[in-house]
Amino acid sequence: MMQAAWNSLNAFFGPVALTLMVGLLLALGWVQVNALFLVWLERKVAGHIQLRIGPKEVGPFGLLQTVVDGVKLLAKELITPSAVSWPLFVLSPVLVFAPVLVAFVVIPFGEEFQIRDLNVGVMLVFAFGGLGVLAILMGGWASNNKYALLGAIRSVAQNVAYEIPLLLSAMAVVLMAGSLSFQKIVEAQAGVWFVFYQPVAALLYLVGATAETNRAPFDIPEAESELVAGFHTEYSGMRFALFFLAEYSNMFIVASVATALFFGGWRGPFLPGPWWFLLKVYLLIFGVIWVRWTFPRLRFDQLMNFSWKYLIPIGVANLVVTAVVLKFTR
Amino acid sequence: MVEAALVQPRVKLVLLEDLLGAVRANSLWPMTFGLACCAIEMMAAGASRFDLDRFGAGVFRPSPRQSDVMIVAGTISRKMAATVVTLYEQMPAPKWVIAMGNCAIGGGPFSYPGQYAIVNGADKILPVDVYVPGCPPRPEALIQGVLELQDRLTKQGRTNLLRRFGRFPEPAAGEGGSRV
Repeated sequence: MMQAAWNSLNAFFGPVALTLMVGLLLALGWVQVNALFLVWLERKVAGHIQLRIGPKEVGPFGLLQTVVDGVKLLAKELITPSAVSWPLFVLSPVLVFAPVLVAFVVIPFGEEFQIRDLNVGVMLVFAFGGLGVLAILMGGWASNNKYALLGAIRSVAQNVAYEIPLLLSAMAVVLMAGSLSFQKIVEAQAGVWFVFYQPVAALLYLVGATAETNRAPFDIPEAESELVAGFHTEYSGMRFALFFLAEYSNMFIVASVATALFFGGWRGPFLPGPWWFLLKVYLLIFGVIWVRWTFPRLRFDQLMNFSWKYLIPIGVANLVVTAVVLKFTR
Repeated sequence: MVEAALVQPRVKLVLLEDLLGAVRANSLWPMTFGLACCAIEMMAAGASRFDLDRFGAGVFRPSPRQSDVMIVAGTISRKMAATVVTLYEQMPAPKWVIAMGNCAIGGGPFSYPGQYAIVNGADKILPVDVYVPGCPPRPEALIQGVLELQDRLTKQGRTNLLRRFGRFPEPAAGEGGSRV
């Protein structure tokens, strides 16, 4: 029965479109589960770092807390302030989600667990990552609120500055693997992980990724003490929840790319590939959460100087050295 | 004076309302908003030792658009009153107000004949749901206020099946009513 249904669907859509559709549906489900778990993890880790317990009363270990929050946000009033330019205002929380879903197409969960192994996989993730900034700018601009606009402007400046070291560090890995396809890059790490060959690039990537996902100490776009809530100041209810969902999904994407580029992807002994992949991803995310609740926020000029004056020159130097060494050793 | 909940629905879905009440009760996000010294106790309630986040009420949202509860923590001066009302009106619909401390309840020590600068209590300008007395109230008192608000949303806690502990034994017949 299932086989017959699958075969007829396969005949109608063709194998490529069918895998894409099924994969994206699974990704959509995974995004929700991942966000629910990560928000719980964040609040729990934050609690323990601050000598508190964190959510505890709703469900065992407070596990149902984020489900409850999600249902509550669904049932809240959706406010559209009178002076917003509403097509952009409504579109922005949806558009912020698009790059997340696109990136899921190429993430290598395992040797077989990947929707499509494109030969431009790395480029695809970073190219669509830029779209998220556009959505944030749209939201901040359309809100017709000075805090939202300031937050959006800061977000654009920060993302432009930190995408460059991110790409430079990824390029060093691509040079070593000789391919932009994620499977090829993971294959090239069969012996030694790239984090040992490219420690500088790995560090640059992790710093840049933290800034790309707008998380502390780089959470200037939503600095609460200066900008109320940044670009999503005017968003209420489910629209705000979508921004939240996108932020945590972005964390997952960024950590997955880091795992594939530097930490051997799905490779590991004993357990099957996807388990290793998820384990590495969530360990990296735990690190990011740890950093958020440990370090204070940077000032805006410090943030920009850090990228343009230090990260980018270091990234370029690392890339040149990698290229020269590869030229003379291969 | 702002009126809350003017429109009554024609059809009431009892089970859904119980469920939503329980959900809302366990996810009361307060607004980051303090007017005077009571705000210090409010911060203490969110920090370690007291930890309001255990009950899901520790997500202090900076924007009124994303918060559910307004904790009026402190003295409302006449100049501030308009802003407080604006903030309340900016919150999305199922919203509640906790008046924390004697100033927010009735003007506190600043309320005397002939004074011209202080609003005599938050309930002069907002529909207050829970009053937490004290000058300032201790963080435990604020937590009790939040739990009281949870009980209001869940029929004295009877439909609050999500929360893992019950606060009090069932009140004996005829005893009922508010406990504050």
